[in-house]
Amino acid sequence: MKKILVILLAVIIVTSLTSCVFVPLDSNQQTLNGSNDSANQPVPSAVSEKAMEIYFLNFKPEIAEVYQRIATDYESETGVKVNVVTAASGTYETTLKSEIAKAEAPTIFQINGPVGYQAWEEYCADISGTKLYEYLSDKSLAVSKGSGVYGIPYVVEGYGIIYNNAILQKYFSLADKAVSISSADEIQSFTDLKAVVEDMTGKKEQLGIEGVFASTSLNQGEQWRWQTHLANLPLYYEFKDNQDFDNTVLAGLDAKEIQFKYGAQFRNIFDLYTNNSSTAKGLLGGKSVNDSMAEFALGKVAMVQNGNWAWSQIASVEGNIVKSEDIRFMPIYTGVVGEETQGLCIGTENYLSINCKVSQEKQNASIAFLEWLFSSEKGKAYVTNDLGFIAPYTTFKENEKPADPLAREVLAWMERDGTVSVPWTFAAFPSEDFKNYFGDVLLEYVQGTKTWDDVAQIVIDSWKSEKGS
Amino acid sequence: MQKALKKFFPVFVLPTLIAFLISFIIPFLMGLYLSFTEFTTVNDAKWVGFGNYIKAFTANQEFVNALWFTVKFTIVSVITVNIFAFFLALTLTCGIKGTNLFRTVFFMPNLIGGIVLGYIWQLIINGILYRWEVTLTFDPKYGFWGLVALMNWQLIGYMMIIYIAGLQSIPEELKEAAKVDGASGSRLLWNVTLPSVMPSVTICFFLTMANGFKLFDQNLALTNGAPSKRTAMLALDIYNTFYGKNDWEGVGQAKAVIFFIIVGFIAFVQLKATRRREVEA
Repeated sequence: MKKILVILLAVIIVTSLTSCVFVPLDSNQQTLNGSNDSANQPVPSAVSEKAMEIYFLNFKPEIAEVYQRIATDYESETGVKVNVVTAASGTYETTLKSEIAKAEAPTIFQINGPVGYQAWEEYCADISGTKLYEYLSDKSLAVSKGSGVYGIPYVVEGYGIIYNNAILQKYFSLADKAVSISSADEIQSFTDLKAVVEDMTGKKEQLGIEGVFASTSLNQGEQWRWQTHLANLPLYYEFKDNQDFDNTVLAGLDAKEIQFKYGAQFRNIFDLYTNNSSTAKGLLGGKSVNDSMAEFALGKVAMVQNGNWAWSQIASVEGNIVKSEDIRFMPIYTGVVGEETQGLCIGTENYLSINCKVSQEKQNASIAFLEWLFSSEKGKAYVTNDLGFIAPYTTFKENEKPADPLAREVLAWMERDGTVSVPWTFAAFPSEDFKNYFGDVLLEYVQGTKTWDDVAQIVIDSWKSEKGS
Repeated sequence: MQKALKKFFPVFVLPTLIAFLISFIIPFLMGLYLSFTEFTTVNDAKWVGFGNYIKAFTANQEFVNALWFTVKFTIVSVITVNIFAFFLALTLTCGIKGTNLFRTVFFMPNLIGGIVLGYIWQLIINGILYRWEVTLTFDPKYGFWGLVALMNWQLIGYMMIIYIAGLQSIPEELKEAAKVDGASGSRLLWNVTLPSVMPSVTICFFLTMANGFKLFDQNLALTNGAPSKRTAMLALDIYNTFYGKNDWEGVGQAKAVIFFIIVGFIAFVQLKATRRREVEA
């Protein structure tokens, strides 16, 4: 009996040991076979194509399910398996760091612009020779270094102040309004905006709202609308004043220090948001972006700062009363001289990169997948209708632009005469931590535990220290 | 017998040893190595010597702040958790009605995961603070006491069970003898009960302290360091350093090594100190 037990145990150990050893052996064999295949046959054989699997690490959780459908379709069409993994919101860098160290590393991943490229430089393949790059309508949008191209944007997005025109119409039709203008289109500067907003706050019972602006969400991880998007404006103007560069992102990347010259303008709009909000200042630390969007969707507030991606969020709120024809965009006016011509903030922080550390075959298959997605009829239909991207490629015709109201507003603002879109200068912000320090001090400012001077000082200091590190 | 032991040693110990090697020793040594390097992913690293360790303390005050916050938190929570747990255990060994029900109820919070607990307590505390129109993020003090309350709520039940086991193992004759000798209630507690449960005290102190130092998910869910990282404890700070900044992965790793040394040292000293006070009943 004992002997049998011993033998049994020994067998278990041996099998578990050998199975450990066998795995690398197996994969070695496979790569050996693979290279033999490609050496013997000029055209990749059906066998190796079947074994081909690419790995796409997706950034946007809200559309993860669409990517799964695309992957299934693509596999049935070409036989190439696309493994789509989605990182949970706010954890992309974390996920990428651990995934890329694995043997089956992502073949397609995403960087957030020039700063992201610095971190992932060693993993980004040069994709300047691909058709995907050729499709790009504005080549300057790509992340490039020297003659190489390392990241290609796949979506253009815009943000500004989203407003509910129904509520604004109601306000403008009031007999005792304090302003002379009579439509939201006439708001063309911070002075106009402030006058309208403050008068609206005074009449909020009449208008049936709880506040003009939705909550300024300052919960941890929910601060990006302020420390990234709103912060874009003062720093855009500051870098625009730098005559050495004609591109504010490049000027920002070059800047070792900043003066936060337009900090007062940032304060203008930020104070306007919090003073005329639906939520008391002390409670903003517990609010999330979802809360703000829900307030807007339920008609409790008239305005909210966000981008065109928020449409799906607004539309999916239960009890949503905002009609799609009432939802409009207006630029974020801060009180800078000459801002009458300022448009929405338009740009992207979603760039696709190909992992140069995986086999050449896989790199090619990954590029082929992206080219299929952004140029084939089927792929384009997915992009326009299901993913809802404003794709910056020449392959998309006029009637293939997304139909949601905010995306259409972004396109309209881009084409509007006499306005200049503000590029996403925050691509030049030194690090995530810079933004977090900024957001944290904004929270303390709102709570009254820090003064505005502290805010300005921390912004300046942390830019410097984060640039240095 | 001795021979048989030798013969079967590999059969019985090897599997565990291999598992231990793969899941503990190797990652630990790798981490130690990585703390001296600059790296983005764990398989390409560049040697930088002690640079990361210096950076951890000098580049900003976050690590030192987190260290002090953690120390303060641990001291307070070790004391409160153990006092409450001990007296609960005393009460629930007196033979009052529904003892088992109470024990179960007190133990239950321990079964809930840290993240869930953190969010629940965030809701509770924010709900109370709503009255004054502030939230947990208003002052680091709120976050501190919030964490202490949470920690107490979660750990008291667990420690209570350990104390109950200790209390039940005290022989009745010992207590009776003390009573016959005329010992008062407090005297009995101090000179008989307490020395007899010293092994439990050792374990409970060790567990609460280790838990306090390593607290992560509760901290993440309750305050996430707000305001301005002033309620971030060591584990959270290490996590944020590792993932928050480019090229700071090595510094995060260095902080983790320092963290290990501190926790290991304190636990060792504490274990020694309380062991000495144990008595054989």
